[in-house]
Amino acid sequence: MGSTAVEKIISAAAGRAVSAGDFTEVPVDFSYFHDGTGQLTIDAFSRMGIDRILDPERVAIVFDHSVPPYNDQAATLQAMVRRFAREQKIRRFHDLGEGICHEVVPEKGYVAPGMVVIGADSHSCTLGSFGLFASGVGATDLAYILASGKTWLKVPETIEVDCSGVLGEKVSSKDLILEIARVLGTDGATYMALEFVGEAVRSMSQSSRMTMSNMAVETGAKTGFIEADEKTYRFLGREGRLFRTDRDAAIARRVSVDAGSLVPKVACPGSVANVKPVSEVEGTPIDQAFLGSCTNGRYEDLLEGAKIIRGKRVHQDVRFIVIPASREIQKRAQRDGLLDAFVEAGAIIGVTGCGPCLGVHMGVLGEGEVCISTSNRNFIGRMGSMKSSVYLASPQTVTASAIEGKITDPRRA
Amino acid sequence: MATIRGRVWKFGDDVDTDVIIPAKYLRSVDHSVWPKHVLEGLDPTFSSKVKSGDIIVGGKNFGCGSSREQAALAIKDAGVSAVVAETFARIFFRNAINNGLSLVECRGISRAVAEGDVIEINLDTGEVKTKAGTLKSLPLPPFLQEILQSGGLVEYFKRTRKG
Repeated sequence: MGSTAVEKIISAAAGRAVSAGDFTEVPVDFSYFHDGTGQLTIDAFSRMGIDRILDPERVAIVFDHSVPPYNDQAATLQAMVRRFAREQKIRRFHDLGEGICHEVVPEKGYVAPGMVVIGADSHSCTLGSFGLFASGVGATDLAYILASGKTWLKVPETIEVDCSGVLGEKVSSKDLILEIARVLGTDGATYMALEFVGEAVRSMSQSSRMTMSNMAVETGAKTGFIEADEKTYRFLGREGRLFRTDRDAAIARRVSVDAGSLVPKVACPGSVANVKPVSEVEGTPIDQAFLGSCTNGRYEDLLEGAKIIRGKRVHQDVRFIVIPASREIQKRAQRDGLLDAFVEAGAIIGVTGCGPCLGVHMGVLGEGEVCISTSNRNFIGRMGSMKSSVYLASPQTVTASAIEGKITDPRRA
Repeated sequence: MATIRGRVWKFGDDVDTDVIIPAKYLRSVDHSVWPKHVLEGLDPTFSSKVKSGDIIVGGKNFGCGSSREQAALAIKDAGVSAVVAETFARIFFRNAINNGLSLVECRGISRAVAEGDVIEINLDTGEVKTKAGTLKSLPLPPFLQEILQSGGLVEYFKRTRKG
């Protein structure tokens, strides 16, 4: 009997052969946290009775949640995290404006295929798209890693998601992962790993793959694994250890999606799995559109949006907020005129970071308001008022909708 | 034998961490803020009604969403003695254990209890006694019970580290 790639990575780290269902403690190759989880991480660490973290070279801190701080408490907490980084000699500290942690950590080449990577943020599964095991935890788990260099894991079973065909014009990996969320449901992969395979995944860019793995957690999954290749190495600027799922590995479930025939999708308010073709909700008026986040704030997302909006105007009843996921992306988008295209059209360019995704600043929704967003969660109240609603969609659909003032199929734009 | 007996507050499927504790309350150093707003997204009056020792019963995928540990802390610090659900989202599950909040994953619990019922949980055997009868669930693996009994992961670390 063979093994899955995730089983192999965890076995290699643990130094013994483990398989799905086993509990094991593993050394963590790299970990990271942000200004949102930093406070409780440091609080937990301070109660552990030791002065120094085990290895400052294996940790990154990225400020992305409150950028810039929106009240005095957020500023005070950031100052505390800054102090901790300095005291503990954490050199991989990225202050305000550098970008979102899940983008900055791979961009800087801190991780490599084959590693075990843990982040104190639920979307840390994004990094599974680099052929490594990556998962999100809470603050205390991260503090334990800082102190001991290790974490405990239940080795997950794997659901293989085979994406055949090649995505069509104005259809993106966001549409694909929304369709997969519909098929699996919000808890269809709880405690399990997703592994994305197939022609559509091999042919898409590393950035598009990150979008897929990013939303693995929305199906309950521990990680969203994608085998590494040349594209992965180019993104990271380094190679690593290649792990592959054996043909005869025990796969818990196989799911197939035909990417070639996929149409643009939206996740309707309340649940990420409440997914419909855009055509079914076309014409729904919107108050806000958001293009950004760790799901879809990368260069290619801005490029697709810019292509649609160039020479057009944002609808007068809509605020269209565009936020690059990192400074590197911002620099490139600025140089290539993408940001100009948005600004000329009347969009608002926000400060690099998580932006309005968490519903506390830079585009909070009021009562009864509707937003279409490229981010990853549409829970009740996620982006503001408990009486607001959020549709999740691709950069193309969000941009087309911002222009029309209502949900719009981007293939018409 | 560790048993917990308490009155039930019942919630549905997919109770996410944004409704357990909305993000606007997170930027605080004052831990007493969170229990005051616990589950505000689903029931704004909940924090004034919940009593020490009460038990929360949830459906599938309890605690899904963000990794915010304040969700587990808000529930624990509101006095809730345990959360019983059909299934838990994995990060919430870890956060609860790491902070010494007892969890029981128990299939069929939603149908077996009504709000206000009193139930009894045996943490060692995984048995949950309800009006409708006794439900069997898997107890936590010994390693996690050890963390829970230590009072959480910080205490576990202090107790187990060498030297």
